[in-house]
Order: sequence, then structure tokens, then C-alpha cells
Amino acid sequence: MKVRIKFAKTGAMRFIGHLDVMRFFQKAVRRAGIDVAYSEGFSPHQIMSFAAPLGVGLTSHGEYLDIEVRSHAGAEDMKQKLDRAMVEGMEILSVTALEEGTKNAMASVAAAEYSVRFRQGYAPDPGWADRLLAFYGKPVIMVKKKTKKSEAEMDIKPYIYQLSASGEGDDAVVRMMVNASSSGNIKPGLVMEAFWKAEGKELPEFALEITREDTYTDTGVDGDRHLVPLDAVGTGF
Amino acid sequence: MNKLALKDEILLKVEKPARYIGNEVNAVVKDKGLVDIRIAMCFPDVYEIGMSHLGIQILYDMFNRFEDVWCERVYSPWVDLDKVMREENIPLFALESQEPVKDMDFLAITIQYEMCYTNILQILDLSHIPLKAKDREGQGGGWGYPVVIGGGPCVYNPEPIAEFFDLFYIGEGETRYRELLDLYKECRRSGESRKEFLRKAAKLPGMYVPMFYQVEYKEDGTIEKMEPTEDGIPKTIQKEVEMDISDTYYPKKPVVPFIKVTQDRVVLEIQRGCIRGCRFCQAGQIYRPVRERDVGMLKEYAVEMLKNTGHEEISLSSLSSSDYSKLPELVDFLIGECGERKINISLPSLRIDAFSLDVMGKVQDIKKSSLTFAPEAGSQRLRNVINKGLTEEDILKGAGLAFEGGWTRVKLYFMLGLPTETEEDIKEIGALANKIAAVFYETVPKEKRVNGKVQIVASTSFFIPKPFTPFQWSPMCTKEEFLEKAYMTRSAIKEQLNQKSIKYNWHEADISVLEGVLARGDRRIAGVIESAYRKGCIYDAWSEYFHNDAWMEAFEECGIDIGFYTTRERSAEETLPWDFLDCGVDKEFLKREWEKALEGTVSPNCRARCQGCGANRFGGGVCFEGRSGT
Repeated sequence: MKVRIKFAKTGAMRFIGHLDVMRFFQKAVRRAGIDVAYSEGFSPHQIMSFAAPLGVGLTSHGEYLDIEVRSHAGAEDMKQKLDRAMVEGMEILSVTALEEGTKNAMASVAAAEYSVRFRQGYAPDPGWADRLLAFYGKPVIMVKKKTKKSEAEMDIKPYIYQLSASGEGDDAVVRMMVNASSSGNIKPGLVMEAFWKAEGKELPEFALEITREDTYTDTGVDGDRHLVPLDAVGTGF
Repeated sequence: MNKLALKDEILLKVEKPARYIGNEVNAVVKDKGLVDIRIAMCFPDVYEIGMSHLGIQILYDMFNRFEDVWCERVYSPWVDLDKVMREENIPLFALESQEPVKDMDFLAITIQYEMCYTNILQILDLSHIPLKAKDREGQGGGWGYPVVIGGGPCVYNPEPIAEFFDLFYIGEGETRYRELLDLYKECRRSGESRKEFLRKAAKLPGMYVPMFYQVEYKEDGTIEKMEPTEDGIPKTIQKEVEMDISDTYYPKKPVVPFIKVTQDRVVLEIQRGCIRGCRFCQAGQIYRPVRERDVGMLKEYAVEMLKNTGHEEISLSSLSSSDYSKLPELVDFLIGECGERKINISLPSLRIDAFSLDVMGKVQDIKKSSLTFAPEAGSQRLRNVINKGLTEEDILKGAGLAFEGGWTRVKLYFMLGLPTETEEDIKEIGALANKIAAVFYETVPKEKRVNGKVQIVASTSFFIPKPFTPFQWSPMCTKEEFLEKAYMTRSAIKEQLNQKSIKYNWHEADISVLEGVLARGDRRIAGVIESAYRKGCIYDAWSEYFHNDAWMEAFEECGIDIGFYTTRERSAEETLPWDFLDCGVDKEFLKREWEKALEGTVSPNCRARCQGCGANRFGGGVCFEGRSGT
């Protein structure tokens, strides 16, 4: 049976990179005593798929991975066992079963919702929220996107699905829903950089504190986008 | 979670921030208000190396089982963070609490190799602790700084670093720390000074407090005598040994790092010591007598540790695993236990024979693994000198069996510069490698050769005489001699018929020379180490950060002649800097072995026939195996 696990990554764990999070979960699944399925071959590995890698320094309340289990004693039991194998800053939020044939976590990702705050000393100038919304209201938002070989200009407006801004000073916060699929992943920092640039300034390196609020899949049909959290397609067991 | 010691801007800038945040699985966090003693346990190298060390895991577990103690870990900040901490004057902190090392009661440093000595100074300096023990007294009874303790194999000659330490614990940590901590609590309660505590500590078994000893030198630079400066301080210090290693501290829940470390697996120490008595090997002498852990205990711990860590690999640890008497039983158990749970078993330090090949075939992917032989010397004559009981016949037979079993890769380890070595001995390295290749081509028919060829990698290190070995009196080669020997080895290999199947690597010569000085140095070397550190030397064990020029300058400035410590032949009568320590084997035994070495006579191993080394005084282990009433 395929199981989808939702977890939060907060506090000091934001400094653990994606590959190390994968290693952490492989060991956690063993510690928890989950009857996980392994691949065939001489060096078998756990059948495990992570949704979207989270950059070092970011926290998240909506990370996902799928595992394949051979037996279980119910979702609540598995959630408790896994949660006991966590460390501070890693928390299991939900465990759901996936129907046979559901796309794996990585392939399911369509969008991610982020909240962006400002580190102490980096708060934006007063009135920033209205200016950001006006910036977002433009029909085209051109940015330079660096690839390994070159820098390409692209319009990111179609990849930003929602954006709101509020608060002043330490309470300033931006929330945005952006494309996070393998074909058009947009990092929230890129949007903020573009805004700063439109303001005629350079975004300082450590200004932003970014949290991924959740990761979404698209259940819409015929091109209508219908975004739901990745665990909404799972069921209790 | 405690606030991190480093701000985000720093953690996001340095390589692998996970080295500095703590919070790992099984890391111990206590309420600091509820403990009496706080210890920072340090391995003075980068996190990935330090976290791979079993000794720290054992002591960390032991200390944290004491209710009144909180033991935390600290490692050397990598060079990028080192720079930032100096620039911003950030004090070095322990991982668990993220609080400064300077505020702890003890800073305990394990000293596993000589090339970490400048990193010890880095740790003290970044902790804002004065480098020298004598500068740590001062106001408030001298309690402004933690008590700095050294332990580990290098403390069998602590003299080059003596002035940087308040105290050395000589031997195995399981036995005396509780007494030392109780003494500390008592001294603090009764308002005694740091110095008074150290004076009392110096009288506990296994404790060496350098400040209570004075060394006098002869005109020729050798030691006249080393004496305690006060009554009641012991003249010699005997190492501590845990005689019941089946019923003692061992971690059931070792700390599991987030990042990949060198030893990313469960480590099961199956025995201590080695019966073989290779004459160059320090571990083979200082860990005597050989003691085995009970196989029942090992099975129980293996299961528990795998469960508590989630590691996907378990490794047996010992100096010579094949000599563990219950090895087949243990390996069978592990294969049964691990197979179902897809856990790998790694078995280093196995002698290559039918049994080990059978086991390795079961637990490893033959295509990916390689065979390792450590003949250490090319010729039988020289192998007799060093008492390496491995014969050419053993090697060729083992290799033949392995090639039949499908192995195609062989690693060979040799040493250059061994006592009495001649050109002939070196040429034999090439000949031996060639014979192994020939065995492959004779054994494996053409159509069955997986990669077409056998891959033999011969590596040489340079021989460095170590204290408490029969070779402690031996002269060591110069850098030039070492390099000449390496070139000679290279040409000897190039001359072989199968040279295309043999790859040759050699170790850096200048690092070896320095290691030689530090290994057999005396108190006068401390100035050189400090001077090199002031010139920016840290991470000397990492060749990319090793600055030989800076070290040479430091020797020059301190007026220290390297040859005095390396190439000079020591007479058997000379008082050696480490003679005040008693490592459990008698100096007379080492002398006999040195003489036998020069004659090319081998000594049988401990199980075959006791050589009377003196370690039977500890009343157990291999010395009393099979005797009734023990």
C-alpha cells in the first residue's frame, strides 16, 4: 500500500538540506519499525518519493513523502510511530493512504504556497504592501532567470497564482501561491527580488524568512486549475 | 530547542551548517539547572570525522547516564566558520546547549592522532580559554575556565602537548571518571582552588597532571630525569584498563548525524587489543591485554543499536576481527538478523581465508568490493623483522580463492622506511604485487574475466616509530630518504610483467616527518606547535591545509632540531619522554622484541605462546584464557 506522509520542518531543521532529509526519513522509518517495502536487487532501498525539495534556510508546514508499506496497523498507529522517531523541528502532520495508480509525490506537485517575512532590520519601507500589490497587478513581470549556461528573460506572471501582502515593520508578510511543478517552479525569492528591483533597489541577501505553508496538487479537469493540498487526495486507513 | 549560537546569516553562508546546530537523533539534552557538572566532549577535527569516533560515543553515553552530569559534544569548526568566529569574536559552543564551552566544568579532548595538535589549540583559542594550563589559574580560585582533560592514544606520549592540558587521563575511560567527577564536586563544594583539585586528581590512578612534574635535560639534549615537584605525586602512572568489557558502558542509542559522516553506521566493538604483536603497531601494545566482549552482549547491542538509530549498516570493530573467538556465531546471527531488514554488514580487518571469503561473499556485493591485504613489507625477511605473521603463501592462496570467488580488485598496504629495510625488500613489493596479478591470470580463464583485468592498488605509507612499541628506539628516515624509497617502489612496480594491472600510491613525506617529531617529542616541542598555530596552521591532517613551510619556520624559530627527534638512534638506556607512563607492557619486553626484530626473529602471538609482556598483571583477558578458576 502506498502511504503519503505530511510533515513540518521548522526551527533548526531548516539548515538540513534535502538529501539529508531523505536520509533522515530512511532512518526514521526504520526506527519507527514501519514495514516498508524495498526495491529489488543487491542493494535494496526503501521505496520512497519526496514531493518538492525545500531549500536550506526555509521552514515548512507542508512537506510530503510517499512510502510503500507491506503491512500496517492503521494510520493513527503509523503516525504515532513516525512522530516518535522525529526530532525537534520535524513533526508528522498526517498519514493517508493513496489509491493504486496515484501519481507519486514528486510528480503530483503543481503549486506551493509560501509566506515571506522579513528578518530583523530588513523590514520594507512603509506603504510597501500597496506597492507590491500594484506591482503584482501588472500584466507582465519580467525577470532574469539564471540557468547553468545563460541568463534568460522570462515572464513569471503566469506562474504566480495568488499574492497578498499585509502588515508593517515586523508584522509585514507576503503570502503567495506559485507554480512548483517540475516544468515551471518559481521560487518566492525570485518574485520578491523582482519587486525590489522595480523599486530600484537590490534585495539584501538575508532579508527574507520564507516558510512553505503547503504543497498542492492540481485535481482540476480540462485545464481548469483546482489546487488541493497533497494529502487531500489520500484517505484514512 | 535552545537558540542557535550562530545567526542565520552565518549558518547560511558556511558549508554544511548541520555541523553546528546539534539536535540530532539521540543527542542528549538535559535541564542545566538539574545537573552539577557540565562536560564538553571534543574531537578536535571536523564534525564528520569526530562523529565517526566510537570512543566519544562510549564516553558521551557513560557521562550522560550519570544523573548529575550533562555531557555535550564539540568539534573543530571548519575553516570557513573558524574565520568568521575569529572575526566576530564568537566563542566556541557545545552542540546540545549551544552555550559557550568556556562556561563548562570540563573540556575533555580525545587525541587520536598527532596531526590534530594545532586543532587542539584552535579549540582552546576559539573557546576563549588560555592555551597554557598555567595561565588558567587567576581569580576566583582559578575556576574561570573549564578543566582541560586529554585522553586517547596520543596521551601515551603527552609531553609535546603537556603544557596545554590541566590533566591527562591515561587509558580506558570507563574506569575512573566517576571518581574524578566526585572529587571535583567535593572540591567545588568545599571551596578549594583549581590547583588543589588538580593536586588531588594527580593522586588518582591513571591521572597525569603535567604541572606537577619537572623535566631536566642532559647536555646532549636527552632527558636526565623527570620528577614530581611535590611529595605525594606519583612518579609513574599506570594506564587504566576496563577488564570486564562485557559488563560496562556501551551506547545503546548512539547519536545519529543528519549529514553523511565517515562512519555512518552502527559500530560494534567486539574486542579490545590484538594478539598479533606487530612491532610497529602502537595499538597492539597499549591496548593489551586482549579482551573479548561476550557474544551474547554483542547480539543484544547489535539489535538495540540498529533499532535506536535506524542505520542501514553495521560494522564490527576491532584491530583484528578474525581473532575474535566467536566470530562465526556472531556473523551468522547478524546475517539472520539483518538480511530481512536489508541491513548491510561490514567486516573490516578480516584475514583473507576460506572462512572470511565465504562470509564476505554472503554480506557484500563481490563485484563492488575489494580484498585488502596488509603485508606491510615486501619481503619475508622484513615481515619477520616487523613480526607481521602474514606469509606470501597466505596472500597468494587467499588471493587465488578470492579470484575464484569472483573478486577482481585487491588493495595492498605496505610501509616504507622500516628498520633494517634494504633495496631488495622494496623491490619485493613490486614482485609480490606482480605475483598476485599472475595468480589472477592463472586462476581466472579469459572468458570469465569481468573487467578483463585484475586491479591491484599498492599503497605505501612511511614508517613512523611510535612510543611503547619495540621500534620506539628506531631511527626514522628523512623526507628525502622516504621519497627515494617511494620512487624505488614505483620503478620496482613498473618493471613487472603485470605492471599495467598495478596502481601505486604513496603518502606525503613531509607530513610523516612532522608526525614523527610529534609522536616521540618531549616538552620542548610545545613551543613549535604553538608557533605553527600562530602562523595559521590548523587541520594539518588535511593535506590541502598542511603548510610545511610554516612548520619548518616554527622549528627554526624555536631552535629545535628535527633530526634529534627523527633520525637519531636512541640507545636502549636513554630515558624516553614517555617513560614515566606505564602502558602495561614492560620496557624490558619491548627491548627484547627490538633485539629480536634486528635479528629477524618472529614472536608467536599471545594465544600461541605468551611472550611475557607484563600485561598479565591486569589479571584477565587473553593472558588467562582457558585457565581454570578464571
